[in-house]
Amino acid sequence: MVTAVSSMGRSGVHNWVMQRISAVILLTYFLCIGVVIVSGVDYAGWKGLFEQTWMRVFSLLALASLGVHAWLGLWSVFTDYFTERMMGPVGNTVRLVAQIVCGIIMFTYLVWGIQILWGL
Amino acid sequence: MRLPITAWASITHRASGVFLFAGIGFLLWTLDSSLASPESFAALQLSLDNVFLKLVLWAIISGLIYHLVGGIRHLVMDMGFGETMAGGILSVRISVSASVVLIVLAGIWIW
Repeated sequence: MVTAVSSMGRSGVHNWVMQRISAVILLTYFLCIGVVIVSGVDYAGWKGLFEQTWMRVFSLLALASLGVHAWLGLWSVFTDYFTERMMGPVGNTVRLVAQIVCGIIMFTYLVWGIQILWGL
Repeated sequence: MRLPITAWASITHRASGVFLFAGIGFLLWTLDSSLASPESFAALQLSLDNVFLKLVLWAIISGLIYHLVGGIRHLVMDMGFGETMAGGILSVRISVSASVVLIVLAGIWIW
């Protein structure tokens, strides 16, 4: 119960599905970026790509997926190791703090990404 | 610690994921520099000539490759393939081999 409240969907099946959907989005995005970079781009081509609305939507979708994916992944790790069983009573506090810190970092990544994509 | 190869695959998949969470900060910095202006794009290219930054980039790309290939393995298993112990061991060998090849290729491409 204690671990489920901070998961995201509070349901294992929901978390499982979100983890997979975000994974497929991220896989597709990194493959596309990889193909573009390896095929070689100059500044004009690279900038032009990121000025397209679909690319901004795709990039923001990938970043939002990263938020979901990282939250669920880190939640899995933290609820395995930062626990009362592994660390004693302090485990619950450590886990809560770690999740909050990672959540703030992830939110910062998202805002930074929006600034980058829209050239703010 | 004596663990089955599949357990090591699980642990390293998690470890690479945690590592990438930090690595994304570096990747966003490169994205920012690459898009801000032609000058910052050129400055980024110059920065990435630095051996230390090349190593950092290679480490992050390696983590990304390992995590993505391991992720594909999980998706294949989710579809019902290779769910036995033998299948799991075989798919770890395939995914780790594929990752090593891709990581070496990425290293060659970076240098």
